Amino acid sequence: MAETVPLVSSQMPKKKKKQHEFIITAKKLLKNKLAVIGLIIIIIQIGMALFAPMITVHDPVKQNLASSELPVLSEGHWLGTDNYGRDVWSRIVHGSRISLIVGIVAVSLGLIGGVTLGLLGGYYKKLDGIIMRIVDLLFSFPGILLAMLIIAVLGTSLINVAIAISIWSIPSCARIVRGSVLSIKEKEYIMAMKSLGASDFRIMVKHILPNCFAPIIVFATMRMATAILSTASLSYLGLGAQPPTPEWGAMISQGQAFMWSSPHLTIIPGIAIMLTVFAFNVVGDGLRDAIDPNMDI
Amino acid sequence: MAAALTSKKINQGKILLELNGIKKYYPIRGGVLQRVQGNVKAVENVSLQLYEGESLGVVGESGCGKSTLGKAILGLEELTDGKITFKDTEIQSLKRREKLKFVKEMQMIFQDPFASLNPRQRIGHALEEVFTMHTNMSSSEKKKAVIDLLEEVGLKEEHFERYPHEFSGGQRQRIGIARAIALNPSFIICDEAVSALDVSVQAQVLKLLKTIQEKYQLSYLFISHDLGVVRYFCDRVLVMYLGHTVELGSVEDLFNQPLHPYTQALLSAIPRPTVQKNRKRIRLQGDLPNPADPPSGCPFHTRCPIAQDICKQDKPAWKEHESNHFAACHFAGQSII
Repeated sequence: MAETVPLVSSQMPKKKKKQHEFIITAKKLLKNKLAVIGLIIIIIQIGMALFAPMITVHDPVKQNLASSELPVLSEGHWLGTDNYGRDVWSRIVHGSRISLIVGIVAVSLGLIGGVTLGLLGGYYKKLDGIIMRIVDLLFSFPGILLAMLIIAVLGTSLINVAIAISIWSIPSCARIVRGSVLSIKEKEYIMAMKSLGASDFRIMVKHILPNCFAPIIVFATMRMATAILSTASLSYLGLGAQPPTPEWGAMISQGQAFMWSSPHLTIIPGIAIMLTVFAFNVVGDGLRDAIDPNMDI
Repeated sequence: MAAALTSKKINQGKILLELNGIKKYYPIRGGVLQRVQGNVKAVENVSLQLYEGESLGVVGESGCGKSTLGKAILGLEELTDGKITFKDTEIQSLKRREKLKFVKEMQMIFQDPFASLNPRQRIGHALEEVFTMHTNMSSSEKKKAVIDLLEEVGLKEEHFERYPHEFSGGQRQRIGIARAIALNPSFIICDEAVSALDVSVQAQVLKLLKTIQEKYQLSYLFISHDLGVVRYFCDRVLVMYLGHTVELGSVEDLFNQPLHPYTQALLSAIPRPTVQKNRKRIRLQGDLPNPADPPSGCPFHTRCPIAQDICKQDKPAWKEHESNHFAACHFAGQSII
């Protein structure tokens, strides 16, 4: 009886090692054709943003009035030029940098705020009421109006656009995280950590947070689409990127005046916005289906 | 080994843990203002002593408060009333800081081995975390301690980097045991620790629990609904009904001469391989009463086959009927078959 009880063979793990969750999710995602198209678009966009100076010849902000309003497929400017003679391809490529950076910054800030509020609200019953009422309050503003209000206070710039969009992302993120926390904190492994004397902070950060990553990732992907669209909308309204910054929304706004003579000035940035938003949305949908089709987002 | 497993003498050694009038009520809130409208009385006035090195079984049907009792002892549920004395210190009102000292001494093994481990944490890291929280070991010391622990419970070093989903139920329960004994406790609550396992695996895990009990001089509070397991594993048995303690005695006394009619009914429900045709079974009528609105008098009178008028009016006292054999019944000892 002194020695420990040996394991019998039936208890040994099955020979076929179970695959890591990440690989399983990735495989499921790659079976979804729409999501694969979305992924390709996103990868292309990231490539464009990373290698912008290498794949463009012209400076996106340099004016050249001698060759203004060239149509699509002109020599040297395959997407034409705008009314100041700036190369549209250059501006689209550099614009993808702005869209992605603003989107990532806005979503990250929104996640930091939303996850913190959601964790606290879900974990501490006493804070829950207060936090959720603040969230309800933020929800009651229409998104773009809230963003415009924040920009009106902070002033027009791309950083402020990112902040405005992030504040507007906080409430929905907080709700999603809170929902997951509420269900996870009742799990036995949380009880086990409490019985081992773990602090609330340790339980929240090391044990609850990693287990609500799935909905957070899906939310973040879908939010990227909304954030990029909102950046374009706000820039279109003149509240975001200021000329001559090559931003897609601002490009549409400037091209509007030449809608009849040079329609490509509005159509091309419009297509760029549409494809990006579409890509992030389908990837988000695909991720949700791959991780958990019953997820509540 | 056989002797070790069958010795069920009551070890009247030093008292390790003493419960005094433990109560746990869950308030029912309702109405517009969320006022307390009543209480679910999960644990009602439980008092008992646990000796060093003994295994005390707690049995009863689901909802009788046995798990709540275990969680209340560990401080996972706040007590409504009562005193818990552990190693001569009252622990129910200690602050978190002061309590950490006792956390090392009291541990819990959970029911569901598939739910009691964080699915996103490698086993080795989960066990290391226990040392991180309570000791100042360096990371190499921690790793060594964890590997020793794994070997102690019959696992191997190669399991260190694995995730919980790569283990079988029995192995996971071993990990749960490793986690519970990591800090060298003197008291472990096993909350239905083997009921989620196959019978063959149950036996192995029970043997492991016995082995570490002897090695570390552990006391167990063994919560279970499986009377067979309790009879095999425990020294004494406490029977609970609707949050009340109903009977407490050594395994021999309680299984051979049950005093309380509820215990008799429970024992008659144990399936036995027998050819005897007219084996009498006691079938209790009705359901467990609502713990928010418990019956007057004896909580069991609504289902008791020998209930009299007195049972409806007076709550029977918790009395020692034979030496070390307690029961709460006006007609203790009367057979109901």
